[in-house]
Amino acid sequence: MKTRVVGSVALLAVIAAAIFGLFVVPADLNQGDAQRVMYVHVGSAWLGELSFGLAALAGLGYLWRRDLRFDALAHSAVEVGVLFTAFAIWGGMMWGKPVWGVFWQWEDPRLATTALLLALGVGYLLLRRLSDDPARRASRAAVVGLIAGLDIPIIHFSVVWWRGLHQGFTIGDPGKVLHPSAPLQFVAALLGMLAAFTLTWTWLMIRRYQLARLESQIEDDVRMSRINAARGAATTSTGPSTEPEPAR
Amino acid sequence: MTDVGYVIAGYGVILGGIVVYVALLLRRLRVAREALRRDADATPPDATPPDARR
Repeated sequence: MKTRVVGSVALLAVIAAAIFGLFVVPADLNQGDAQRVMYVHVGSAWLGELSFGLAALAGLGYLWRRDLRFDALAHSAVEVGVLFTAFAIWGGMMWGKPVWGVFWQWEDPRLATTALLLALGVGYLLLRRLSDDPARRASRAAVVGLIAGLDIPIIHFSVVWWRGLHQGFTIGDPGKVLHPSAPLQFVAALLGMLAAFTLTWTWLMIRRYQLARLESQIEDDVRMSRINAARGAATTSTGPSTEPEPAR
Repeated sequence: MTDVGYVIAGYGVILGGIVVYVALLLRRLRVAREALRRDADATPPDATPPDARR
């Protein structure tokens, strides 16, 4: 019931934030309407990094406690993270082409490290398909999740450490986002979309985690039925002998 | 509106993608729940030894 409420509020919030960002906020003086893509681009990028950060923490939790619930959480976070990282890249391309003149530039450290995060996420999901043993699969996935987690601070600080096309911090720099010259509508549109996307992410994570637990239960059931079938076959072949006992 | 194609493509793919993922996720959840229910209905109560489950 609570999850349904979260989902309904998230849906309304995303609709409201999209209408506000598309039709209420004025166009940017320099970038025109293309700047409106920033609201969904930044929201997606934030959730991509949040997801992979959560996956890395859950992976650590699994390696420490060997509890498969941590693995289910990490798996859910990576799947949702791949989705939002892909959206962030797509949004960046749709914003970049009219503003920078190019969809993509491999020399830009923010772009390249984000593409690396997406590749690690896809690799994580593919790696999970290689093993049927839940413990082995969870250990391997946790290691890849941790490696992906290491990429997050590199992505975040790449605009400070290296030169590139991508702009520097906006939200992380109070001098920019809280500057009196920053029009309140722009800040409200960005923060509103971030809040709406974060609510959506929360709902997605709850549902995806529920699915991961159900899939784990199904996997257990299949394994048990195979064990039972094998036991049944063994009992039949080595069962009580039907030959008559020798007379004494 | 300037660059309208890029704005529509940006919002369309991202918001549309979220809607598609939500639909697929709900479908996967329903299928998983039905599979578990079917298993529970098909399995006799004493088929699984109690100590065999984690």
